[in-house]
Amino acid sequence: MSPAPSPSSATVDGPVIVLDDVVAVLGQFPALAGASLTVERGEIVLLSGPNGAGKTTLLRLCAGLLPVERGTATILGFDLSTQRELVRAHVGLLGHQNGLYLDLSVRENVNFWGRTVGASADEIHAAMARMGVAERLADIPCRKLSAGQKRRTSLACLVARRAQVWLLDEPHAGLDATGRDELDATLAQAAGSGATILVASHELERAGNLATRSVEVVAGQVTALGDKK
Amino acid sequence: MTTIDPARTELQPSEPPLPRRSTGTRVTRAVGIACLVAMAWLVAFGLGFSPADRDQKESVRILYVHVPTIWLAYLAFVVTAVSSGLYLFTKKQSLGWDRVAGASAEIGVAFVAVTLAVGSMWGRLTWGVFWQWDARLTTTALLFATYIGYLAVRRLGGSHQQRAKRSAVLGMIAVMEIPLVHFSVKMWRSLHQEATVANLDGDTKMDGIMLFSLFVGVIAFTFLYVWLMLHRTRAMAMEDMLEDRGLDDALVARRAEAAAQQNGAQ
Amino acid sequence: MSTWRVARLIAAKDLRVERRSKIVTNQVLPFAGITMVSFAFALDKQNVLDTVAPGLIWLATTFSLLILVQRSFSIETDDGALDAMRVAGIDTRAIFLGKAMALAVQLLVLEILLLFAAVVLYGEAIQSSGPVLAVVLLVTTLISATCGLAAVGTLYGGLAAGFKGSETLLPLLTLPAVAPVLIGATKAVESAVGTAGAVVSEGWQWVGLLVVFAVAFGIGGSLAFGPLIDE
Repeated sequence: MSPAPSPSSATVDGPVIVLDDVVAVLGQFPALAGASLTVERGEIVLLSGPNGAGKTTLLRLCAGLLPVERGTATILGFDLSTQRELVRAHVGLLGHQNGLYLDLSVRENVNFWGRTVGASADEIHAAMARMGVAERLADIPCRKLSAGQKRRTSLACLVARRAQVWLLDEPHAGLDATGRDELDATLAQAAGSGATILVASHELERAGNLATRSVEVVAGQVTALGDKK
Repeated sequence: MTTIDPARTELQPSEPPLPRRSTGTRVTRAVGIACLVAMAWLVAFGLGFSPADRDQKESVRILYVHVPTIWLAYLAFVVTAVSSGLYLFTKKQSLGWDRVAGASAEIGVAFVAVTLAVGSMWGRLTWGVFWQWDARLTTTALLFATYIGYLAVRRLGGSHQQRAKRSAVLGMIAVMEIPLVHFSVKMWRSLHQEATVANLDGDTKMDGIMLFSLFVGVIAFTFLYVWLMLHRTRAMAMEDMLEDRGLDDALVARRAEAAAQQNGAQ
Repeated sequence: MSTWRVARLIAAKDLRVERRSKIVTNQVLPFAGITMVSFAFALDKQNVLDTVAPGLIWLATTFSLLILVQRSFSIETDDGALDAMRVAGIDTRAIFLGKAMALAVQLLVLEILLLFAAVVLYGEAIQSSGPVLAVVLLVTTLISATCGLAAVGTLYGGLAAGFKGSETLLPLLTLPAVAPVLIGATKAVESAVGTAGAVVSEGWQWVGLLVVFAVAFGIGGSLAFGPLIDE
């Protein structure tokens, strides 16, 4: 398989994520029942909503993990129905699981992910430094890390992988106040450097500082809550 | 398990059609009758008109059932393989091929089970053993196991397309596995000529009326296969339709839920 | 990044995880050894053990394969790493080849241990007539059988991973599929050790079978793996 085309070959001027009346099913249950959403580059969009509303499904769909049952979805110009594989290289998902190899150290995990895209040792180290896992934690097996540290390691893997779109499912869960602030700062910085971030979170107030925009996901559909700057 | 709301008699034009009450049609009735007639012929010839074999005596009559069932099983698995390929490599990727593949595999597995059961009866009667590790029997047993695995994978769940893709790929892998198994077992059994008393795999020389009876048997079981396929694929189509209809209903319900929550929130 | 390089990365990663966790060395290898001992309890005659020893080696290997495959994929499903690899768009052929290579290395170690156990426990020995050729036969058998087993295991392991009942689905799919390897490898080893008068020259056709099997599942597996792990 040829390497994924870089985003420069995709329509990067337009919106990065476009969902139009998307239906996605889990088994036979329509987790997304006609969701529509548009996200521009550099935005941090908060997805709020009750449990079971479909936030996780929406994120997994954008990550190319679930097929589009009905409707259309486009990420970075790639159509999710026909070009799921091409989307994946540019998208990173941090879900309830962190995607780490728990027996390996932080450095080994980030190294692995970075090297799959040919990142240099410097890039990898920079990714770890940005997430604050470069010094003390670097050689600790991931199994021994706290939830927040695992979260940051996982983000470091995303950065090392050069993911353009970050899909984060409850990233603040399990973090203490400092951890959350650090995470927010990191996300803001990433968005500033051109990453597009979708965050699903229960916590409206906290995320209010972080997000450029909030939408609510209710029973499989998306409603706008207006811009928050 | 979703059910159709009997109160709903009005169909929107965009909705999929309501499943019929039964999978029977004129064609299946015709095939069914042909099958019954052919089976009656088989009984007449197999038990009546054809003579007992010189060596095997009356137990040769079992072969009139045993041989057709294994031939039909092979046919069924070939159909599974071909329709798996058609599903994967045609542009439309129509689920109809997936249903043909699945139904054929189910029927094939049933036929192999019958073959093995009837064959072991024949073996016991003729040669005193229920089973023998010769090439053909062993391959048949492995074929059986392979397609049971295939059926298990079909039941893993997920959307229809997921099930179809998974099964079709596995179907193609089975096509690759079967010759490998066949040749390795053949090599296994041909190297050391175990002194078997006689040919245990039913390759009895048949001619005249006996051959004709076998032929009738093949015809009868072919009709049976076609009849079963028609009914089973239609039943699967209806199951899928029911689930799709269930999806539409669920969509409507979920959207209503969303609207209600919106109104409640406002 | 070429598929081959990514595959090597993944294989290295799998082996590194094993080096850290030592699950195979501490649990799977002992399991294989205990299996060999159990065979002796069940087949209590020395002359029987002698004759069937090659088959027992491959039986024990096949059962251990199932456990190795389960382990290989449990590290992926533990924290969603396989999903993460799919999300990352890593070529599924690379994932297949990488994991199969790592599995093959672990299997090879296991088989060598089992050979050793057979020598010690069952009194097996290399053919006295033409021992060099017999050793060559043995080595080629080990390598070709291992490649075939690793390919089948990785393919079905990927399919079964993460599904309910995967522990039972994996054996159901794998055992019929590896029957040719069981047959061929046993016969080839019998030729190498001279069981029941087998000569080394008879063993080579079985190696041929094993090579065909390994190539078929190597290629078929890398093509099928992607669609099978996809949702």
